[in-house]
Amino acid sequence: MGDTNGVTPRDWTAHPPLIHPDYKSTVKRGPTKPLVPIRQSLSELTGPAYGHDALAPLDNDLTKNGAKNGDPLGERIVVTGRVLDELGRPQPNALIEIWQANAAGRYIHEADQHNAPIDPNFFGGGRAVTDGEGRYTFYTIKPGAYPWPNHANAWRPNHIHLSLFGPAFASRLVTQMYFPGDPLLALDPIFLGTPEGARNRLVSDFSIDVTEEGFALGYVFDIVLRGPKETPMEAGR
Amino acid sequence: MSDLKQTPSQTVGPYFAYGLTARQYGYRHTSIAEGAMAGEDIEGERIRVEGRVFDGDGNPVPDAMIEIWQADSQGRYAHPADGRGSNAGFTGFGRTGTGTDPKHRFIFDTIKPGAATEGEAPHLNVVVFMRGLLTHVFTRIYFGDEEAANAADPVLSSVPTDRRSTLIAARTGNTYRLDIHMQGDNETVFFDV
Ligand SMILES: [Fe+3]
Repeated sequence: MGDTNGVTPRDWTAHPPLIHPDYKSTVKRGPTKPLVPIRQSLSELTGPAYGHDALAPLDNDLTKNGAKNGDPLGERIVVTGRVLDELGRPQPNALIEIWQANAAGRYIHEADQHNAPIDPNFFGGGRAVTDGEGRYTFYTIKPGAYPWPNHANAWRPNHIHLSLFGPAFASRLVTQMYFPGDPLLALDPIFLGTPEGARNRLVSDFSIDVTEEGFALGYVFDIVLRGPKETPMEAGR
Repeated sequence: MSDLKQTPSQTVGPYFAYGLTARQYGYRHTSIAEGAMAGEDIEGERIRVEGRVFDGDGNPVPDAMIEIWQADSQGRYAHPADGRGSNAGFTGFGRTGTGTDPKHRFIFDTIKPGAATEGEAPHLNVVVFMRGLLTHVFTRIYFGDEEAANAADPVLSSVPTDRRSTLIAARTGNTYRLDIHMQGDNETVFFDV
């Protein structure tokens, strides 16, 4: 199969470096020695496979999956998009896990001590699996910005954390989705750690077509993962 | 076909626990994978794999997330690209955070994998995520009691001799131990997978 030709390499013009001093935690945690090249084998070309049976009914609806006695507060949004590989092939059955702060910029995580309210009706975690066309959809609340201790008056832009499994172990991706027009993007060392030409791939697009009338604003976020270099047919040419 | 560009990686941050490892950390949400990987009906030798993750100051990292991907006891991966079909019920995937153990260990209870192909040594494929890593890193864990297989393994052989020990876990009873060092003299070998 095509997999014997391997998975496309990590594109280092897309990904942030392992040490980016403006983001202080990288200084003592990022490896300092060069990565050792590896010849891809079954270990890298196979990977965890999750299907729709990995999901519970409300997993992709964060406006409902944490509700106790009402609806969560904040701006309801729909986030949708496609998971593709670099050759533009849709990736069906890709598991996407997300986690995010509530509308006030507070995580349910017990280590988050930001003095903003917990929303009793919002948990902030969910997951979805892409359909046959590589499409996924989440309903959620627009996350608030929150302060962090990286530098004086540091605030994270509004963002949703995403974790993805693609066609192979080498496709693994953890990323963050941002919102268009956020003034904090220009000040955020995590966003700015990304090579300049690739940053716009982390920013979702507002879409009036995805927006559901009278209900929720729509944002589109397509995600491109590493996949097999060639399809089996192309490989035979 | 169109030529698209990879979506950039971003850090997992400090707050992944309730989203990715909820059950382990006691949040009211399910988890897709845990450190306990081998149910009763899975064939193979039961082993524990544990270790800590150290930062450049030599402090254990309490908020790292480790994932492992491995073959079953006969060296088969549970994935369509491995046409041999795997040990039913064994997904081969484990995930755990270092935040719930008092010593900040990652702990996997699994089975010892077989070698996937002839000439390869059995190993675990590892991904490390944490706050302060903008891009996750890949490494491997080999088994210290597989000396002959390790000596022949093509990946291990491609690593400079003096750094190979950073990839080989020592066995005591049924437990293999290996620490991951992000920096320093014993910096773990990370692969450009
Ligand atoms: Fe965050």
